[in-house]
Amino acid sequence: MLGDLTAQTLEIGSGDSDRIEAYAASPGGEQSRGGVVVIHHMPGYDRGSKEMTRRLADLGYDAVCPNLYSRQAPGAEPDDASAAVRAQGGITDQQLVDDVAGAAAYLRSLPHSNGKVGVIGHCSGGRQSVLAACRIDLDAAVDCYGAYVTGQVPPDWPLKVGPLYDDLPNLSCPLLGLFGDDDSHPSPDQVQELAELLERHTKDFDYTSYAGAGHGFFAVDRPSYRVDAAVEGWRRIEAFYGRHLRGA
Amino acid sequence: MCTYTTERVDLSGSAKGPNGWFTATTASVYYDHPVHAPAGHTLNIDVLAPKLGPSARVALELSADSARALASAIVAALGAVPSDLLE
Repeated sequence: MLGDLTAQTLEIGSGDSDRIEAYAASPGGEQSRGGVVVIHHMPGYDRGSKEMTRRLADLGYDAVCPNLYSRQAPGAEPDDASAAVRAQGGITDQQLVDDVAGAAAYLRSLPHSNGKVGVIGHCSGGRQSVLAACRIDLDAAVDCYGAYVTGQVPPDWPLKVGPLYDDLPNLSCPLLGLFGDDDSHPSPDQVQELAELLERHTKDFDYTSYAGAGHGFFAVDRPSYRVDAAVEGWRRIEAFYGRHLRGA
Repeated sequence: MCTYTTERVDLSGSAKGPNGWFTATTASVYYDHPVHAPAGHTLNIDVLAPKLGPSARVALELSADSARALASAIVAALGAVPSDLLE
């Protein structure tokens, strides 16, 4: 039936030997399907990230959201885990890549997998979605207003995140970017720079920047929510994954 | 956006969290997305005891104005204390 799905918390592999917590959702039915890795935002492995995971299952994909803070704060409430990770200086790019690679392997191991895997992230997860798509073989990546894919990180920032200029030539799959004209992180100029770089690298980059929308316009529980941009953005995500993740 | 920027300060004192009082050893102060407050960004303070685990935490999410007022109140309260009482 339309809307039937199952969702559960489980463990997936990451890196050489780690096991991390993840939240997985799958649609009902026996049809062959692609998968999507949901990268949660910096505030953690929270209700909103799990809702997005279920929504992707509702769209017909196996979806999984790895708990990126499993190692630093196992079993903690999402907000406590996020605070603990922040106090420790955040997670490294390599740990993120390992976790997404483990999640992609989990999705490809599922009985109805067609072998295709996409990734999506918002805010800090948007940058991490691009990072993962540059370091791992994926089939479709969505970056929702990820800051510092391009642009320079202020030198006094404590966390060791940086722009992805060196990684962008290795982008492994089509990229969909969804941004807001009123955002300053990333700014419209930084989005334009990303578009120009990816064109130079002959990469498939489909992007939109919505008028009247700023950072976080998908977040339904924040004042930044913009219904027109969010509804249209979800339509574009659905069409994008439909082009790149469906099929036998 | 996720600002990433975090000020950290060592503490000497106690805080009362979900499991009662604990000895607080550090605080993180940052301006970023709140979990609960109805705002895009807030000034967040986490009073922590990392050795006791992530749940040993007292969290505040404050508007910028109220955070400044709180900081001023702390300074004012300490300023009003006779110097011989300050430990």
